[in-house]
Amino acid sequence: MRRRLLLGGVVTALVLTVGAGPALACGGLVSPNGTIALVRTTTLAAYHDGVEHYVTGFQFVGGGAEFGSIVPLPAVPTKVIRGGNWTLQRLELEVNPVLRDARVLAVGAVPATESAIVLQRKQIDSLDITILKGGGYAVGTWAKDHGFALTPDAPAMLDFYAKRSPIFMAVQFNARRAAARGEQIGDAIPVHLVIPTDRPWVPLRILALGAKPSDPIEADVFLLTDRSPSMLPVPSGDFAPGPVASGLTLERSRAASTGLLADLRSDRGMKWLPTSGMWLSYLRLDAKASDLSYDLALDTSPSGTPSRVDAGLTSPGSRDSAPSALVPVGAGAALLALMLVTRLRRSGPKVPA
Amino acid sequence: MGPMASVGRRRSHPRSLPSRLVVLSLGVVVLPALSACAGKASAEGPHHVSVQVRIHYSAFEPGQLTFTRGTTVTFVIHNTDPIDHEFIVGDQAVQDFIENTAHPAHDGSVQGQISIPAGQTRETTYTFRKVTTFDGELQFACHLAGHYAYGMHGPITVTA
Repeated sequence: MRRRLLLGGVVTALVLTVGAGPALACGGLVSPNGTIALVRTTTLAAYHDGVEHYVTGFQFVGGGAEFGSIVPLPAVPTKVIRGGNWTLQRLELEVNPVLRDARVLAVGAVPATESAIVLQRKQIDSLDITILKGGGYAVGTWAKDHGFALTPDAPAMLDFYAKRSPIFMAVQFNARRAAARGEQIGDAIPVHLVIPTDRPWVPLRILALGAKPSDPIEADVFLLTDRSPSMLPVPSGDFAPGPVASGLTLERSRAASTGLLADLRSDRGMKWLPTSGMWLSYLRLDAKASDLSYDLALDTSPSGTPSRVDAGLTSPGSRDSAPSALVPVGAGAALLALMLVTRLRRSGPKVPA
Repeated sequence: MGPMASVGRRRSHPRSLPSRLVVLSLGVVVLPALSACAGKASAEGPHHVSVQVRIHYSAFEPGQLTFTRGTTVTFVIHNTDPIDHEFIVGDQAVQDFIENTAHPAHDGSVQGQISIPAGQTRETTYTFRKVTTFDGELQFACHLAGHYAYGMHGPITVTA
């Protein structure tokens, strides 16, 4: 399995858990009786000087129970800290103004039957975060043993990502601790991961986990790079050659304003962000779950050749796994920063497991 | 008499192998079982056979089965997934009842009904006494929440 740098996290957290029995440590975000529902997951990933800064926030509605989620990561984070308070919201405001109210660790292939390795544990507010390394079966087993009730599509989905990157973040929400802290249902808890990567990709397919084929999958994806990125598959609105990303639209592509960058830099943990010279891309995902069979591979290098493997179009190691020859982007600064925010709004019910 | 090669005309699972591969998997999975059962025939009788069933990515392999009336089948079910599954043999009424009612794990005390924990192998035995008269009259399925809807079910044909 090849691993280069991880795209920062790029991944959007997905809820794998559902209602659990009383013996389970962690119940489900989407329980069989529908009392708990994930309404939004927000993720920010940024890359600068070989380090990915990844911020994700979880916002839930419902009450009483606990939930959990598993996030596939492109590489091993060296830090897991609480994220800033307004970074994600500021990016949303940038494109929706009317709403104005460790260095890389070796991550080689892991035998499918071995147990998942716990690389790191961290508590952030009411979230218990565990960074795992393992194959799909191993991570699924770890999740099951820790109270995650995986949906029936989870085994295939976990394997799909583990073959590309055996790194996952398991997030468990502790309702009791949230109550003790005075946290309210609906509050978003940002998590900031620092992840080295040299090959950014955005895991979109996992957004369909647990969804029925006809369920709508909606997400906002923000990219902030030092040049216009090459993307695979190609969203509508982009004019590069290559397979089309069904349901993904490039809504905005322009230089990031210094005001935006200054605002983002003022948030907790965001000083690494350059003050200028960034390119902002905003993509809107509006697809049926059955159509979401791809991830979004990015390349901000002069060659502009996103990986078919990272796009989920080709399995690692296959003959067709060479980088896709897309239109090269122009030469630009050596600085690369990638910022991604995904916002997930799932209106359809999940399939409980 | 052992089970006939279960060559189906349709896929029981939208994500299951194409029917040709199902046939192939039967050749791999069922035929060895037939060979094995041939050796058992003298001890268990010609109507008692063993069939290997694999569960992978929440799908049954093979995806459909065919037996002759009177055959007693011991299903040996291998769950290769990190999640639990069930193997329930029965007609639509049985499937509907289990799908729509809360039920504990199947401990094997009922013929043709067994729960298979993640990564485990379990057996259950069932005797097919009646010839089926239409496609889908008899099924094998998993009824853990969402699994049937995901496609974890397949038809069983019983011939004279």
